[in-house]
Amino acid sequence: MHSSLTAIWLTVKLATLVTVLLLFIGTPIAWWLSRTRSWLKGPVGAVVTLPLVLPPTVIGFYLLLLMGPHGPVGQAMESVGLSRLPFSFAGLVVASVFYSLPFVVQPIQNAFEAMGSRPLEVAASLRASPWDRFFTVALPLARPGMLTAAILGFAHTVGEFGVVLMIGGNIPGKTQVLSVKIFDYVETMQYEQAHWLAGGMVCFSFLVLLLLYSGRKKSAWV
Amino acid sequence: MSLVSRFTPCLAAFAVAVFAQAAQADEISIAVAANFTAPAKDIAAAFEKETGHKVTPSFGSTGQFYAQINEGAPFDIFLAADDTTPAKLEKEGKTVAGSRFTYAIGTLVLWSAKEGFVDDKGEVLQKDAFEHLSIADPEKAPYGTAAVEALTKLKLWDKLQAKVVKGNNISQAHQFVSTGNAELGFVALSQVYKDGKVTSGSAWIVPTDLYEPIRQDAVILNKAKDNAAAKAFIEFLKGPKGEQIIKSYGYGK
Repeated sequence: MHSSLTAIWLTVKLATLVTVLLLFIGTPIAWWLSRTRSWLKGPVGAVVTLPLVLPPTVIGFYLLLLMGPHGPVGQAMESVGLSRLPFSFAGLVVASVFYSLPFVVQPIQNAFEAMGSRPLEVAASLRASPWDRFFTVALPLARPGMLTAAILGFAHTVGEFGVVLMIGGNIPGKTQVLSVKIFDYVETMQYEQAHWLAGGMVCFSFLVLLLLYSGRKKSAWV
Repeated sequence: MSLVSRFTPCLAAFAVAVFAQAAQADEISIAVAANFTAPAKDIAAAFEKETGHKVTPSFGSTGQFYAQINEGAPFDIFLAADDTTPAKLEKEGKTVAGSRFTYAIGTLVLWSAKEGFVDDKGEVLQKDAFEHLSIADPEKAPYGTAAVEALTKLKLWDKLQAKVVKGNNISQAHQFVSTGNAELGFVALSQVYKDGKVTSGSAWIVPTDLYEPIRQDAVILNKAKDNAAAKAFIEFLKGPKGEQIIKSYGYGK
């Protein structure tokens, strides 16, 4: 059971880190997407949403090539003295940030759009600076959307499988996350251990969604 | 004349054509261990050309196929990467009695996509010249087990374990190396070998005394017990044409 615990801990660590990073990366993108009238809104929105529709195999395949020693990302990493990303925890973080991005950006963007421009105009008339308006008016109003975003980002990272399988190399404690561990148990016919982890995942996912749907009245994410 | 009756002759002709086809040409589906991917494609093409039967191969790890066959996957023939899995299926009554035989003996090779990286004695393993060594998962793939055996016999397993990355099957182990993400890895000779030479990069053919022979067994599964095409395929595999293709990929027999 020890290796299962390692996998659970690794997964929690990965999902937590990715969620925090995504809130920092996703919020400005969502803010820009909800306010801009630029022609770039369409293309940027589409790129952010891409991971939602692409098969994980496409993402895994391109990440493997991009982050490899012949790929631009891999070469850039090497030129600044960093180690390459495939088969590492850092690699999984990068891949997961990209993979879960739409699940974080969309609820926040919807929350920003739902509040309209009225509260900000009122704040502006009271001489609040743009930064002040964002941090003291917009962000607090968008809190339910941000909570939804955090929950979805976390849960989606926990549920990630195909990309990790393709770039992870299945290293215990580094890249062997829960979903891959379950796959291993099933493939090697260790159904009992598989049941423990898989059953746990069903309970976890149900609780997450229960939390989300119970609090949904207050939030404005659809 | 209604639309339906106008099309009836066409439909009839189509139906006759379909049934005529079915009468002479059978379809067989084959589960093929990943290391045998390239030769299996060649053999299937040659067999289709000679007999007119249609072959649909699926490629994956032996462990994965074992689980799928246990759950009733509709394969006619199983070309495994080991001899224990087909023997297990035979014992469990899932194969046609007496159909099991060794179709190839696999060769393990240490391979790098880079020219001159792997020397012909495998001494690169002793040096600190690489970050990642790719192998197939030893829990699932016999070539992975063989790689661990070889490293253990070379007294390198403890030292190199931290550098090992595991592919889900031998195809993924090869893919990690071919994309350069792992500098080198233990793969099947058949993946990097054609007509007597290594096709790209550099390689060390691991001496056979460093690992247990990788006997790859084939069985006909119960679903195909009355399928003449499946039997014909096995005969073709055993015959001179099959053997020639198998040997051209560096397998023993």
